[in-house]
Amino acid sequence: MDQTTTRSETQHQSVTFAEGLMLDCGRHLGSLTIAYRTYGKLNAAKSNAILICHALTGDQYVAEANPETGKPGWWEQVVGPGRPVDTEKFFVICTNVLGGCMGTTGPRSRHDEHAGQPWGTDFPPVTINDMVRAQKRFIDHLEIGRLFAVVGGSMGGMQVLAWAALYPGQVFAAVPVAAAAYHSAQNIAFHEIGRQAIAADPDFWGGRYWEHGVTPARGLAVARMTAHITYVSEAALTRKFGRKLQDTARISALGDRFEVESYLQYQGSSFVRRFDANSYLTITRAMDLFDLSADYGGVLPSAFAGTKTRFLLVSFDSDWLFPTEQSRAIARALNHVAANVSFVEIKSDKGHDAFLLDEPDFHRTLRGFLAGCAEHAGLS
Amino acid sequence: MRVDLALIAGMVAPKTRVLDIGCSDGALIDHLFRNLGCDARGLEIDMATVTLAVAHGLPVMQGDADSDLASYPDGAFDYVVLSRTLQAVEKPREVLRQMLRIGTHAIVSFPNFGHWTLRLQMLFTGRMPMTKNWSRMWYETPNIHPCTIRDFFDLCAADGYIVEEWLAADEEGARAPWRRWPALANLFGEQGLFLLRKVKNGR
Repeated sequence: MDQTTTRSETQHQSVTFAEGLMLDCGRHLGSLTIAYRTYGKLNAAKSNAILICHALTGDQYVAEANPETGKPGWWEQVVGPGRPVDTEKFFVICTNVLGGCMGTTGPRSRHDEHAGQPWGTDFPPVTINDMVRAQKRFIDHLEIGRLFAVVGGSMGGMQVLAWAALYPGQVFAAVPVAAAAYHSAQNIAFHEIGRQAIAADPDFWGGRYWEHGVTPARGLAVARMTAHITYVSEAALTRKFGRKLQDTARISALGDRFEVESYLQYQGSSFVRRFDANSYLTITRAMDLFDLSADYGGVLPSAFAGTKTRFLLVSFDSDWLFPTEQSRAIARALNHVAANVSFVEIKSDKGHDAFLLDEPDFHRTLRGFLAGCAEHAGLS
Repeated sequence: MRVDLALIAGMVAPKTRVLDIGCSDGALIDHLFRNLGCDARGLEIDMATVTLAVAHGLPVMQGDADSDLASYPDGAFDYVVLSRTLQAVEKPREVLRQMLRIGTHAIVSFPNFGHWTLRLQMLFTGRMPMTKNWSRMWYETPNIHPCTIRDFFDLCAADGYIVEEWLAADEEGARAPWRRWPALANLFGEQGLFLLRKVKNGR
Protein backbone atom coordinates (compact mmCIF):
# COMPACT_ATOMS: atom_id res chain seq x y z
CA MET A 1 0.00 0.00 0.00
CA ASP A 2 2.92 2.32 0.65
CA GLN A 3 3.66 4.34 -2.40
CA THR A 4 4.82 7.63 -3.68
CA THR A 5 2.04 9.56 -5.34
CA THR A 6 2.44 12.36 -7.79
CA ARG A 7 0.34 15.33 -6.84
CA SER A 8 0.96 18.58 -8.68
CA GLU A 9 4.70 18.69 -9.36
CA THR A 10 6.00 17.19 -6.15
CA GLN A 11 6.10 13.60 -4.99
CA HIS A 12 5.10 12.96 -1.40
CA GLN A 13 5.61 9.78 0.60
CA SER A 14 2.14 8.44 1.34
CA VAL A 15 -0.05 5.47 2.10
CA THR A 16 -3.60 4.90 0.85
CA PHE A 17 -6.38 3.22 2.81
CA ALA A 18 -8.91 1.72 0.45
CA GLU A 19 -11.65 1.64 3.08
CA GLY A 20 -11.70 5.46 3.15
CA LEU A 21 -12.91 7.41 6.13
CA MET A 22 -16.28 8.20 7.70
CA LEU A 23 -16.52 11.93 8.37
CA ASP A 24 -18.31 13.90 11.12
CA CYS A 25 -20.58 15.42 8.46
CA GLY A 26 -21.98 11.95 7.77
CA ARG A 27 -20.32 11.52 4.39
CA HIS A 28 -17.85 8.81 3.58
CA LEU A 29 -14.58 9.45 1.79
CA GLY A 30 -14.12 6.59 -0.64
CA SER A 31 -10.39 6.53 -0.30
CA LEU A 32 -7.99 8.03 2.22
CA THR A 33 -4.41 8.90 1.38
CA ILE A 34 -2.10 10.07 4.16
CA ALA A 35 1.12 11.83 3.18
CA TYR A 36 3.71 11.60 5.92
CA ARG A 37 7.32 11.92 6.98
CA THR A 38 9.08 10.13 9.81
CA TYR A 39 12.36 10.83 11.58
CA GLY A 40 14.42 8.68 13.94
CA LYS A 41 13.92 5.00 14.76
CA LEU A 42 10.93 3.27 16.25
CA ASN A 43 12.16 1.10 19.14
CA ALA A 44 11.32 -2.60 19.41
CA ALA A 45 8.53 -1.96 21.93
CA LYS A 46 7.12 0.76 19.63
CA SER A 47 6.91 2.97 22.69
CA ASN A 48 8.95 6.00 21.60
CA ALA A 49 6.70 7.48 18.90
CA ILE A 50 5.87 11.16 18.91
CA LEU A 51 3.24 12.52 16.55
CA ILE A 52 3.68 16.14 15.52
CA CYS A 53 0.51 17.90 14.38
CA HIS A 54 0.97 20.82 12.03
CA ALA A 55 -0.86 24.13 11.94
CA LEU A 56 -3.22 25.60 9.30
CA THR A 57 -0.66 26.11 6.54
CA GLY A 58 1.97 23.68 7.79
CA ASP A 59 2.85 20.31 6.31
CA GLN A 60 4.57 17.01 7.03
CA TYR A 61 8.04 18.41 6.34
CA VAL A 62 8.62 19.27 9.97
CA ALA A 63 12.35 18.65 10.20
CA GLU A 64 13.71 18.75 6.67
CA ALA A 65 13.62 21.07 3.69
CA ASN A 66 10.21 21.42 2.10
CA PRO A 67 10.52 19.92 -1.42
CA GLU A 68 8.18 22.52 -2.92
CA THR A 69 9.69 25.66 -1.46
CA GLY A 70 13.21 24.48 -0.63
CA LYS A 71 12.84 26.23 2.73
CA PRO A 72 13.91 24.54 5.99
CA GLY A 73 11.38 22.37 7.82
CA TRP A 74 8.86 24.47 9.74
CA TRP A 75 9.91 23.14 13.16
CA GLU A 76 13.59 22.34 12.64
CA GLN A 77 14.44 24.24 15.82
CA VAL A 78 12.20 21.91 17.82
CA VAL A 79 12.44 18.57 16.00
CA GLY A 80 15.72 16.93 15.01
CA PRO A 81 18.86 15.30 16.40
CA GLY A 82 19.63 16.85 19.79
CA ARG A 83 16.58 19.11 19.54
CA PRO A 84 13.86 19.30 22.23
CA VAL A 85 11.96 16.60 20.32
CA ASP A 86 15.11 14.57 19.87
CA THR A 87 15.01 12.30 16.83
CA GLU A 88 17.93 10.34 18.30
CA LYS A 89 15.63 9.22 21.12
CA PHE A 90 12.18 9.42 19.62
CA PHE A 91 10.52 8.20 16.46
CA VAL A 92 8.84 11.32 15.12
CA ILE A 93 5.87 11.16 12.77
CA CYS A 94 4.20 14.03 10.97
CA THR A 95 1.32 13.69 8.53
CA ASN A 96 -0.24 16.24 6.25
CA VAL A 97 -3.75 16.95 7.60
CA LEU A 98 -6.93 15.72 6.01
CA GLY A 99 -8.08 18.48 3.65
CA GLY A 100 -4.49 19.58 3.05
CA CYS A 101 -2.68 20.02 -0.26
CA MET A 102 0.63 18.27 0.36
CA GLY A 103 -0.36 14.74 -0.57
CA THR A 104 -3.06 13.83 1.96
CA THR A 105 -6.61 13.53 0.69
CA GLY A 106 -8.04 17.02 0.20
CA PRO A 107 -9.83 19.25 -2.28
CA ARG A 108 -7.04 18.75 -4.83
CA SER A 109 -7.33 14.94 -4.67
CA ARG A 110 -9.23 12.82 -7.15
CA HIS A 111 -13.00 13.08 -6.81
CA ASP A 112 -14.73 9.92 -5.57
CA GLU A 113 -17.51 10.13 -8.14
CA HIS A 114 -16.22 12.19 -11.04
CA ALA A 115 -13.32 10.41 -12.68
CA GLY A 116 -10.47 12.61 -13.73
CA GLN A 117 -11.75 15.56 -11.68
CA PRO A 118 -10.41 16.91 -8.41
CA TRP A 119 -12.76 17.33 -5.46
CA GLY A 120 -12.49 21.10 -5.44
CA THR A 121 -15.39 22.71 -3.62
CA ASP A 122 -17.21 19.34 -3.58
CA PHE A 123 -14.78 18.16 -0.92
CA PRO A 124 -16.84 17.43 2.18
CA PRO A 125 -16.42 19.70 5.19
CA VAL A 126 -13.98 18.13 7.62
CA THR A 127 -13.42 18.68 11.32
CA ILE A 128 -10.40 18.59 13.59
CA ASN A 129 -11.73 15.24 14.86
CA ASP A 130 -11.80 13.96 11.26
CA MET A 131 -8.16 15.00 10.87
CA VAL A 132 -7.30 13.12 14.05
CA ARG A 133 -9.21 9.99 13.00
CA ALA A 134 -7.28 10.03 9.73
CA GLN A 135 -4.02 10.28 11.68
CA LYS A 136 -5.19 7.47 13.96
CA ARG A 137 -5.74 5.26 10.92
CA PHE A 138 -2.14 5.91 9.93
CA ILE A 139 -0.80 5.25 13.46
CA ASP A 140 -2.74 1.95 13.49
CA HIS A 141 -1.16 1.13 10.13
CA LEU A 142 2.25 1.56 11.78
CA GLU A 143 1.02 -0.81 14.53
CA ILE A 144 1.82 1.70 17.24
CA GLY A 145 -0.51 0.95 20.14
CA ARG A 146 0.28 4.01 22.20
CA LEU A 147 1.91 7.27 21.16
CA PHE A 148 4.49 8.46 23.67
CA ALA A 149 3.47 12.02 22.88
CA VAL A 150 1.35 14.14 20.59
CA VAL A 151 2.71 17.66 20.11
CA GLY A 152 1.43 20.58 18.09
CA GLY A 153 0.90 24.32 17.99
CA SER A 154 -2.12 26.40 17.01
CA MET A 155 -4.39 24.14 14.89
CA GLY A 156 -1.85 21.42 15.69
CA GLY A 157 -2.67 22.06 19.37
CA MET A 158 -6.36 21.59 18.62
CA GLN A 159 -5.50 18.20 17.13
CA VAL A 160 -3.48 17.34 20.25
CA LEU A 161 -6.52 18.13 22.41
CA ALA A 162 -8.76 16.06 20.14
CA TRP A 163 -6.29 13.15 20.33
CA ALA A 164 -6.31 13.32 24.13
CA ALA A 165 -10.11 13.42 24.19
CA LEU A 166 -10.79 10.74 21.53
CA TYR A 167 -7.99 8.29 22.36
CA PRO A 168 -6.96 8.93 25.99
CA GLY A 169 -5.49 5.45 26.41
CA GLN A 170 -3.26 5.87 23.39
CA VAL A 171 -1.63 9.18 24.29
CA PHE A 172 0.90 9.08 27.12
CA ALA A 173 1.72 12.78 26.95
CA ALA A 174 0.01 15.67 25.19
CA VAL A 175 1.51 19.07 24.40
CA PRO A 176 -0.93 21.62 22.96
CA VAL A 177 1.05 24.80 22.29
CA ALA A 178 -0.56 28.21 21.71
CA ALA A 179 -3.88 26.44 21.38
CA ALA A 180 -7.49 26.72 22.49
CA ALA A 181 -10.41 24.41 23.21
CA TYR A 182 -12.54 26.34 20.72
CA HIS A 183 -12.08 28.88 17.97
CA SER A 184 -13.17 32.30 19.21
CA ALA A 185 -15.54 34.68 17.40
CA GLN A 186 -12.58 36.96 16.69
CA ASN A 187 -10.61 34.09 15.14
CA ILE A 188 -13.60 33.04 13.01
CA ALA A 189 -14.02 36.66 11.92
CA PHE A 190 -10.44 36.88 10.64
CA HIS A 191 -10.84 33.58 8.81
CA GLU A 192 -14.01 34.85 7.18
CA ILE A 193 -12.18 37.89 5.78
CA GLY A 194 -9.71 35.50 4.18
CA ARG A 195 -12.44 33.30 2.73
CA GLN A 196 -14.31 36.31 1.35
CA ALA A 197 -11.12 37.60 -0.26
CA ILE A 198 -10.65 34.24 -2.01
CA ALA A 199 -14.31 34.10 -3.12
CA ALA A 200 -14.11 37.67 -4.45
CA ASP A 201 -11.14 36.91 -6.69
CA PRO A 202 -12.38 36.73 -10.33
CA ASP A 203 -9.99 33.81 -10.81
CA PHE A 204 -11.85 31.78 -8.15
CA TRP A 205 -14.56 30.65 -10.61
CA GLY A 206 -16.80 29.41 -7.83
CA GLY A 207 -14.00 27.16 -6.61
CA ARG A 208 -13.51 25.44 -10.02
CA TYR A 209 -10.47 27.51 -10.94
CA TRP A 210 -8.50 24.51 -12.25
CA GLU A 211 -10.97 24.26 -15.15
CA HIS A 212 -9.73 27.68 -16.26
CA GLY A 213 -6.06 27.01 -15.69
CA VAL A 214 -5.77 29.70 -13.02
CA THR A 215 -5.65 30.04 -9.22
CA PRO A 216 -7.28 32.78 -7.13
CA ALA A 217 -3.82 34.00 -6.24
CA ARG A 218 -4.76 37.56 -5.31
CA GLY A 219 -7.58 36.49 -3.02
CA LEU A 220 -5.47 33.79 -1.38
CA ALA A 221 -2.62 36.28 -0.93
CA VAL A 222 -4.95 38.76 0.80
CA ALA A 223 -6.23 35.91 3.01
CA ARG A 224 -2.65 35.08 3.96
CA MET A 225 -1.76 38.73 4.57
CA THR A 226 -4.72 39.21 6.90
CA ALA A 227 -3.96 35.99 8.73
CA HIS A 228 -0.29 36.89 9.00
CA ILE A 229 -1.13 40.07 10.92
CA THR A 230 -2.94 37.93 13.49
CA TYR A 231 0.14 35.73 13.89
CA VAL A 232 2.41 38.54 15.01
CA SER A 233 2.21 41.09 17.78
CA GLU A 234 2.07 44.83 17.38
CA ALA A 235 5.40 45.01 19.23
CA ALA A 236 7.04 42.59 16.79
CA LEU A 237 5.81 44.50 13.75
CA THR A 238 7.03 47.76 15.27
CA ARG A 239 10.40 46.24 16.14
CA LYS A 240 10.85 44.81 12.65
CA PHE A 241 9.46 47.62 10.51
CA GLY A 242 8.29 50.60 12.53
CA ARG A 243 7.38 53.28 10.00
CA LYS A 244 10.35 52.55 7.78
CA LEU A 245 9.88 53.18 4.08
CA GLN A 246 10.81 50.65 1.45
CA ASP A 247 13.04 53.00 -0.53
CA THR A 248 14.35 55.85 1.57
CA ALA A 249 15.99 57.53 -1.42
CA ARG A 250 12.63 58.69 -2.64
CA ILE A 251 11.15 61.82 -1.21
CA SER A 252 7.61 61.78 -2.54
CA ALA A 253 5.40 60.30 0.15
CA LEU A 254 2.82 59.23 -2.41
CA GLY A 255 5.15 56.95 -4.32
CA ASP A 256 6.67 55.42 -1.23
CA ARG A 257 5.74 52.18 0.36
CA PHE A 258 6.15 51.18 3.96
CA GLU A 259 8.41 48.21 4.56
CA VAL A 260 5.61 46.41 6.37
CA GLU A 261 3.51 46.57 3.19
CA SER A 262 6.08 44.88 1.02
CA TYR A 263 6.75 42.36 3.77
CA LEU A 264 3.07 41.41 3.84
CA GLN A 265 2.92 41.23 0.06
CA TYR A 266 5.92 38.93 0.07
CA GLN A 267 4.19 36.74 2.67
CA GLY A 268 1.10 36.63 0.47
CA SER A 269 2.81 35.92 -2.83
CA SER A 270 5.14 33.22 -1.50
CA PHE A 271 2.15 31.52 0.12
CA VAL A 272 0.02 31.22 -3.04
CA ARG A 273 2.80 29.31 -4.76
CA ARG A 274 2.60 26.52 -2.23
CA PHE A 275 -1.00 26.42 -1.05
CA ASP A 276 -4.31 25.47 -2.62
CA ALA A 277 -7.19 27.93 -2.13
CA ASN A 278 -9.82 25.21 -1.64
CA SER A 279 -7.62 23.57 0.99
CA TYR A 280 -7.39 26.92 2.73
CA LEU A 281 -11.18 27.19 2.74
CA THR A 282 -11.57 23.61 4.01
CA ILE A 283 -9.01 23.85 6.79
CA THR A 284 -10.01 27.30 8.07
CA ARG A 285 -13.58 26.00 8.28
CA ALA A 286 -12.40 22.96 10.26
CA MET A 287 -10.67 25.27 12.74
CA ASP A 288 -13.76 27.47 13.03
CA LEU A 289 -15.92 24.41 13.76
CA PHE A 290 -13.62 23.29 16.57
CA ASP A 291 -15.24 23.43 19.99
CA LEU A 292 -14.05 20.52 22.08
CA SER A 293 -16.59 20.96 24.87
CA ALA A 294 -19.51 20.91 22.40
CA ASP A 295 -19.02 17.16 21.98
CA TYR A 296 -19.29 16.76 25.76
CA GLY A 297 -22.46 18.66 26.59
CA GLY A 298 -20.64 21.97 26.79
CA VAL A 299 -18.57 20.78 29.75
CA LEU A 300 -14.90 20.90 28.82
CA PRO A 301 -13.64 18.79 31.77
CA SER A 302 -15.86 15.93 30.54
CA ALA A 303 -13.66 15.72 27.43
CA PHE A 304 -10.84 14.59 29.72
CA ALA A 305 -12.73 12.60 32.37
CA GLY A 306 -10.52 9.93 33.89
CA THR A 307 -7.55 10.79 31.67
CA LYS A 308 -4.15 9.42 32.59
CA THR A 309 -2.40 11.49 29.93
CA ARG A 310 0.26 13.93 31.15
CA PHE A 311 -0.32 17.39 29.72
CA LEU A 312 1.94 20.35 29.05
CA LEU A 313 0.16 23.53 28.05
CA VAL A 314 2.24 26.36 26.67
CA SER A 315 1.09 29.86 25.76
CA PHE A 316 2.94 33.04 24.81
CA ASP A 317 2.15 36.31 26.56
CA SER A 318 1.99 38.41 23.35
CA ASP A 319 -0.23 35.91 21.48
CA TRP A 320 -3.57 37.62 20.95
CA LEU A 321 -4.93 35.01 18.55
CA PHE A 322 -4.72 32.13 21.05
CA PRO A 323 -4.24 34.09 24.27
CA THR A 324 -2.99 32.63 27.54
CA GLU A 325 -6.48 32.68 29.02
CA GLN A 326 -7.48 30.00 26.51
CA SER A 327 -4.66 27.73 27.68
CA ARG A 328 -5.44 28.51 31.31
CA ALA A 329 -9.08 27.52 30.72
CA ILE A 330 -7.86 24.15 29.41
CA ALA A 331 -5.52 23.79 32.42
CA ARG A 332 -8.40 24.45 34.79
CA ALA A 333 -10.61 21.97 32.95
CA LEU A 334 -7.84 19.41 33.39
CA ASN A 335 -7.62 20.28 37.09
CA HIS A 336 -11.34 19.55 37.32
CA VAL A 337 -10.60 15.93 36.50
CA ALA A 338 -7.39 15.91 38.59
CA ALA A 339 -5.29 15.36 35.46
CA ASN A 340 -1.53 15.65 35.50
CA VAL A 341 -0.96 19.07 33.96
CA SER A 342 1.98 21.42 33.57
CA PHE A 343 1.25 24.90 32.33
CA VAL A 344 3.57 27.74 31.43
CA GLU A 345 3.18 31.07 29.71
CA ILE A 346 6.37 31.99 27.89
CA LYS A 347 7.44 35.62 27.74
CA SER A 348 7.89 36.66 24.12
CA ASP A 349 6.97 39.69 22.05
CA LYS A 350 6.57 37.63 18.87
CA GLY A 351 2.86 36.90 19.13
CA HIS A 352 1.23 33.66 18.03
CA ASP A 353 4.12 32.84 15.69
CA ALA A 354 6.41 32.53 18.73
CA PHE A 355 5.75 28.78 18.82
CA LEU A 356 7.54 28.45 15.47
CA LEU A 357 10.46 30.73 16.34
CA ASP A 358 13.58 30.67 18.46
CA GLU A 359 12.17 30.74 21.99
CA PRO A 360 14.75 29.12 24.30
CA ASP A 361 12.42 29.05 27.34
CA PHE A 362 9.78 27.20 25.35
CA HIS A 363 12.33 24.76 23.96
CA ARG A 364 13.81 24.10 27.42
CA THR A 365 10.34 23.54 28.83
CA LEU A 366 9.34 21.12 26.10
CA ARG A 367 12.62 19.20 26.33
CA GLY A 368 12.35 18.89 30.13
CA PHE A 369 8.71 17.88 30.02
CA LEU A 370 9.38 15.12 27.48
CA ALA A 371 12.39 13.93 29.51
CA GLY A 372 10.26 13.78 32.67
CA CYS A 373 7.52 11.90 30.81
CA ALA A 374 10.07 9.50 29.29
CA GLU A 375 11.15 8.65 32.83
CA HIS A 376 7.56 8.00 33.91
CA ALA A 377 6.92 5.97 30.77
CA GLY A 378 9.98 3.84 31.45
CA LEU A 379 11.80 4.98 28.30
CA SER A 380 15.52 5.17 28.95
CA MET B 1 16.51 19.98 50.02
CA ARG B 2 15.59 22.64 52.57
CA VAL B 3 15.32 21.28 56.09
CA ASP B 4 11.71 22.44 56.45
CA LEU B 5 10.81 20.59 53.25
CA ALA B 6 12.38 17.44 54.72
CA LEU B 7 10.11 17.86 57.76
CA ILE B 8 7.11 18.13 55.45
CA ALA B 9 8.21 15.09 53.45
CA GLY B 10 8.33 13.22 56.76
CA MET B 11 4.58 13.77 57.16
CA VAL B 12 3.71 12.31 53.74
CA ALA B 13 2.92 8.62 53.35
CA PRO B 14 4.54 6.81 50.39
CA LYS B 15 2.70 6.32 47.09
CA THR B 16 0.12 9.02 47.77
CA ARG B 17 -1.21 11.89 45.66
CA VAL B 18 0.27 15.24 46.65
CA LEU B 19 -0.30 18.82 45.51
CA ASP B 20 2.36 21.31 46.58
CA ILE B 21 1.04 24.87 46.44
CA GLY B 22 3.77 27.45 46.05
CA CYS B 23 6.14 24.64 45.08
CA SER B 24 8.91 27.00 43.89
CA ASP B 25 11.52 24.98 41.92
CA GLY B 26 9.71 21.75 42.78
CA ALA B 27 12.36 20.29 45.14
CA LEU B 28 9.69 18.75 47.38
CA ILE B 29 7.64 17.14 44.61
CA ASP B 30 10.81 15.82 43.00
CA HIS B 31 11.80 14.25 46.33
CA LEU B 32 8.32 12.82 46.90
CA PHE B 33 8.27 11.24 43.44
CA ARG B 34 11.80 9.85 43.52
CA ASN B 35 12.00 8.61 47.10
CA LEU B 36 8.41 7.94 48.10
CA GLY B 37 6.85 7.05 44.75
CA CYS B 38 4.22 9.75 45.15
CA ASP B 39 2.15 11.25 42.33
CA ALA B 40 3.29 14.75 43.29
CA ARG B 41 2.38 17.91 41.42
CA GLY B 42 3.05 21.58 41.95
CA LEU B 43 1.30 24.91 41.67
CA GLU B 44 3.49 28.01 41.57
CA ILE B 45 2.64 31.66 40.98
CA ASP B 46 5.97 32.84 39.56
CA MET B 47 6.16 32.05 35.85
CA ALA B 48 9.96 32.00 35.58
CA THR B 49 10.11 29.49 38.44
CA VAL B 50 7.40 27.35 36.82
CA THR B 51 9.36 27.29 33.57
CA LEU B 52 12.46 26.11 35.44
CA ALA B 53 10.53 23.37 37.24
CA VAL B 54 8.83 22.07 34.09
CA ALA B 55 12.17 22.19 32.26
CA HIS B 56 13.38 19.80 34.97
CA GLY B 57 10.60 17.44 34.03
CA LEU B 58 8.37 18.22 37.00
CA PRO B 59 4.59 18.51 36.66
CA VAL B 60 4.08 22.11 37.72
CA MET B 61 1.45 24.56 36.57
CA GLN B 62 1.38 28.30 36.90
CA GLY B 63 -1.42 29.34 39.17
CA ASP B 64 -2.50 31.08 42.28
CA ALA B 65 -3.56 29.57 45.62
CA ASP B 66 -6.33 32.15 45.92
CA SER B 67 -7.98 31.51 42.56
CA ASP B 68 -6.91 28.12 41.19
CA LEU B 69 -7.78 25.63 43.95
CA ALA B 70 -11.48 25.95 43.24
CA SER B 71 -11.08 24.10 39.92
CA TYR B 72 -9.89 20.84 41.53
CA PRO B 73 -12.44 18.17 42.47
CA ASP B 74 -13.14 17.08 46.06
CA GLY B 75 -10.63 14.62 47.45
CA ALA B 76 -8.31 14.77 44.44
CA PHE B 77 -5.23 14.48 46.65
CA ASP B 78 -4.14 12.72 49.81
CA TYR B 79 -2.03 15.71 50.87
CA VAL B 80 -2.16 19.35 49.89
CA VAL B 81 0.97 21.22 50.98
CA LEU B 82 1.32 24.96 51.53
CA SER B 83 4.75 25.82 52.82
CA ARG B 84 5.67 29.36 53.93
CA THR B 85 2.90 30.77 51.79
CA LEU B 86 -0.22 30.98 53.99
CA GLN B 87 0.76 34.43 55.27
CA ALA B 88 1.06 35.73 51.70
CA VAL B 89 -2.28 34.65 50.27
CA GLU B 90 -5.25 36.97 50.00
CA LYS B 91 -7.75 34.75 51.83
CA PRO B 92 -5.90 32.32 54.12
CA ARG B 93 -9.07 30.87 55.65
CA GLU B 94 -10.60 30.16 52.22
CA VAL B 95 -7.33 28.70 50.93
CA LEU B 96 -7.22 26.36 53.94
CA ARG B 97 -10.85 25.39 53.36
CA GLN B 98 -10.10 24.60 49.70
CA MET B 99 -7.00 22.60 50.68
CA LEU B 100 -9.07 20.38 52.96
CA ARG B 101 -11.78 20.08 50.32
CA ILE B 102 -9.48 18.88 47.53
CA GLY B 103 -7.19 16.93 49.87
CA THR B 104 -7.71 14.50 52.72
CA HIS B 105 -4.85 16.15 54.59
CA ALA B 106 -3.37 19.62 54.57
CA ILE B 107 0.23 20.32 55.49
CA VAL B 108 0.79 23.97 56.32
CA SER B 109 3.90 25.80 57.42
CA PHE B 110 4.18 29.51 58.18
CA PRO B 111 6.55 31.90 59.91
CA ASN B 112 5.39 32.44 63.50
CA PHE B 113 4.61 36.08 64.21
CA GLY B 114 4.48 35.26 67.93
CA HIS B 115 8.24 34.63 68.19
CA TRP B 116 9.82 36.42 71.15
CA THR B 117 12.17 38.53 69.00
CA LEU B 118 9.19 39.98 67.16
CA ARG B 119 7.33 40.61 70.40
CA LEU B 120 10.34 42.37 71.91
CA GLN B 121 10.95 44.50 68.83
CA MET B 122 7.33 45.64 68.84
CA LEU B 123 7.48 46.35 72.56
CA PHE B 124 10.73 48.30 72.52
CA THR B 125 10.71 50.07 69.14
CA GLY B 126 6.98 50.51 68.63
CA ARG B 127 7.53 49.62 64.95
CA MET B 128 6.75 46.63 62.72
CA PRO B 129 9.45 44.07 63.50
CA MET B 130 12.21 43.26 61.02
CA THR B 131 13.95 39.86 61.16
CA LYS B 132 15.37 37.36 58.69
CA ASN B 133 11.89 35.88 58.20
CA TRP B 134 10.18 39.27 58.26
CA SER B 135 12.68 41.26 56.24
CA ARG B 136 10.57 43.63 54.14
CA MET B 137 9.02 46.94 55.15
CA TRP B 138 5.31 46.82 55.98
CA TYR B 139 4.44 48.66 52.76
CA GLU B 140 6.17 46.20 50.47
CA THR B 141 6.00 42.88 52.27
CA PRO B 142 4.11 40.11 50.46
CA ASN B 143 3.27 38.72 53.92
CA ILE B 144 -0.09 40.40 54.28
CA HIS B 145 -1.61 37.91 56.74
CA PRO B 146 0.89 37.16 59.49
CA CYS B 147 -0.31 34.94 62.31
CA THR B 148 1.04 33.20 65.38
CA ILE B 149 1.08 29.50 66.16
CA ARG B 150 -1.63 30.16 68.72
CA ASP B 151 -3.77 32.02 66.18
CA PHE B 152 -3.46 29.07 63.86
CA PHE B 153 -4.59 26.60 66.52
CA ASP B 154 -7.62 28.84 67.06
CA LEU B 155 -8.49 28.90 63.36
CA CYS B 156 -8.23 25.10 63.17
CA ALA B 157 -10.56 24.79 66.15
CA ALA B 158 -13.03 27.31 64.73
CA ASP B 159 -13.19 25.61 61.32
CA GLY B 160 -13.23 22.08 62.67
CA TYR B 161 -9.83 20.86 61.51
CA ILE B 162 -8.08 18.17 63.49
CA VAL B 163 -4.39 18.82 64.14
CA GLU B 164 -2.92 15.36 63.57
CA GLU B 165 0.63 16.54 64.05
CA TRP B 166 2.32 19.84 64.68
CA LEU B 167 5.75 21.13 65.49
CA ALA B 168 7.71 24.32 65.78
CA ALA B 169 10.95 24.77 63.88
CA ASP B 170 13.77 27.26 63.88
CA GLU B 171 14.59 29.52 60.97
CA GLU B 172 16.52 26.89 59.02
CA GLY B 173 13.68 24.46 59.57
CA ALA B 174 15.28 22.23 62.18
CA ARG B 175 12.77 20.81 64.62
CA ALA B 176 12.58 22.78 67.87
CA PRO B 177 11.82 20.99 71.17
CA TRP B 178 8.52 22.73 71.97
CA ARG B 179 6.17 19.99 70.83
CA ARG B 180 4.29 19.52 74.02
CA TRP B 181 3.93 23.16 74.99
CA PRO B 182 2.13 25.33 72.43
CA ALA B 183 2.68 28.47 74.50
CA LEU B 184 6.46 27.93 74.49
CA ALA B 185 6.40 26.97 70.82
CA ASN B 186 4.58 30.21 70.11
CA LEU B 187 7.31 32.12 71.92
CA PHE B 188 10.38 30.27 70.70
CA GLY B 189 9.38 28.63 67.41
CA GLU B 190 10.26 30.59 64.30
CA GLN B 191 8.01 28.49 62.09
CA GLY B 192 4.90 26.44 62.71
CA LEU B 193 4.28 23.23 60.78
CA PHE B 194 0.88 21.52 60.91
CA LEU B 195 -0.66 18.35 59.53
CA LEU B 196 -4.45 18.76 59.43
CA ARG B 197 -7.50 16.81 58.42
CA LYS B 198 -11.20 17.50 58.48
CA VAL B 199 -13.39 16.01 61.20
CA LYS B 200 -15.96 14.40 58.98
CA ASN B 201 -13.33 12.87 56.70
CA GLY B 202 -11.58 11.32 59.69
CA ARG B 203 -10.19 7.86 59.40
